[in-house]
Amino acid sequence: MVCLPLDAGAHKFRHMADRRLREFGCEQNLLSRPDGSASFVQGDTTVVVGIYGPAEVKVSKESYDRATLEVILKPKVGLPGVAERSREQFIRETCEAALLTALHPRTSIVLILQVIHDDGSLLSCCLNSACMAAMDAGLNMRCLFCGVTCAIDLDGNIILDPTAKQEKESRAVLTFAIDSVERQVMMSSTKGAFTTAEFHQSIAICQKAAESIFQFYRDSVGRRYSKS
Amino acid sequence: MNTNSLTQAPWHQTTVEPLEYHRKFLKENCRPDGRELGEFRTTTLNIGSITTADGSALVKLGNTTIICGIKGELAAPPADAPDKGYIVPNVDLPPLCSSRFRPGPPGEQAQAASQFIADVIENSEMLQREDLCIEKGKLSWVLYCDIICLDYDGNILDACIIALLASMKNVQLPEVHVNEQTGLAEVNMKKKRHLNIVKHPVAASFAVFDNSILIVDPTSDEENLSTGFITVVIDEEEKLCTVHKPGGTPLSNEKLQDCINRAITRNKEVCKLLNKVMKSMKAK
Repeated sequence: MVCLPLDAGAHKFRHMADRRLREFGCEQNLLSRPDGSASFVQGDTTVVVGIYGPAEVKVSKESYDRATLEVILKPKVGLPGVAERSREQFIRETCEAALLTALHPRTSIVLILQVIHDDGSLLSCCLNSACMAAMDAGLNMRCLFCGVTCAIDLDGNIILDPTAKQEKESRAVLTFAIDSVERQVMMSSTKGAFTTAEFHQSIAICQKAAESIFQFYRDSVGRRYSKS
Repeated sequence: MNTNSLTQAPWHQTTVEPLEYHRKFLKENCRPDGRELGEFRTTTLNIGSITTADGSALVKLGNTTIICGIKGELAAPPADAPDKGYIVPNVDLPPLCSSRFRPGPPGEQAQAASQFIADVIENSEMLQREDLCIEKGKLSWVLYCDIICLDYDGNILDACIIALLASMKNVQLPEVHVNEQTGLAEVNMKKKRHLNIVKHPVAASFAVFDNSILIVDPTSDEENLSTGFITVVIDEEEKLCTVHKPGGTPLSNEKLQDCINRAITRNKEVCKLLNKVMKSMKAK
């Protein structure tokens, strides 16, 4: 860790630190009953996911040509409200685009996410853990996806992977889901107002950060299935 | 059942193979109802139709019909923000508008739409919540915005935003004073004033077809066949309030920029329509 003089370097140091993801980690297959499970930790934000499927589906919900995907997000405290429903919709539509649901018609795939601790970037942590759980369950996917959040503060600086405190102090928070094949934006959820230039800049920063997450996916799968 | 005068397709094409039917049109860069890929349906706006509400608006976007009614009530301000009022939007998708909705508690689409509207109001800062405060810590306005869909033919988010914006501009709240001695609120129904709307957010929704073609303002049939959906909300200063893309096909940066550009032109169209309607209301 290089120490820079407080006046000139401090801004540059903070600038560099803001463009890095917090320390993240993952644990797979931690629950015994679901077909796949994962827990993803980003800094202090922790989400545990259990995935059941392909399993039986109620006749009223079944789809003749694809699997019906259901997402349930449970907040840490209280009953799920409208905000959780909105997040469930984001996660469900992203998973539907990534999973090959056409391979399992008339079945259901259920994802249950439990928020253990929320210290900012919750939606991206949910997306990352959902992807790892789907991999753990062995579901066929056309691409992997990862979630990255960035915040634009009052000075116009873009902070990557903000904590809850940074999110509160910023004027806009943007969450993107990036796919692994072409590194394009699969999902976008924004809060606050921003200009078009800031939007494109955030996407570029998030796409770069996604590289390290995809590398982490590769490493963890490699470590899990290697013979050593 | 919609019969368009331009094409009389045999029923099996529209029912058994809807995707092929739509693809035939998209190859010629147009859609079954005759619109271009970037063309919105005819937008009709009617303000002040509900006399019992403080503000109301009815919007028709092609066949999609949305009505918004705003009622103001008095309440104590929130403990963590004693100088702000409340704005409570609620989107209702009753079984009346489409066979896909069943009676009972609001489904996921209605709840997600309500959250979307709440986010747009907050992100765009179209209305300062401080304006709704009557007396700090004691009394403030609560604006209940009820948005009901009467006919679901796709693209309800755009229509809801227009209806909300128009009815907000139509709202007239009476003057309220807190009586020093009794501590009760005194409402003067004779003196009414409009809300101070500073920003005008307008939404433009797009559906992604076959992972590549972007069509604007999808109808219900096009929504069912699309592989992705994106809504861009932009205000008149070209600031993005929301880029709402709930999953679906990945989009490249160029396509995202196309959506933003189209949303900017849409904002100008809708603001012009809104000004025309407000002027005609004032003339009365």
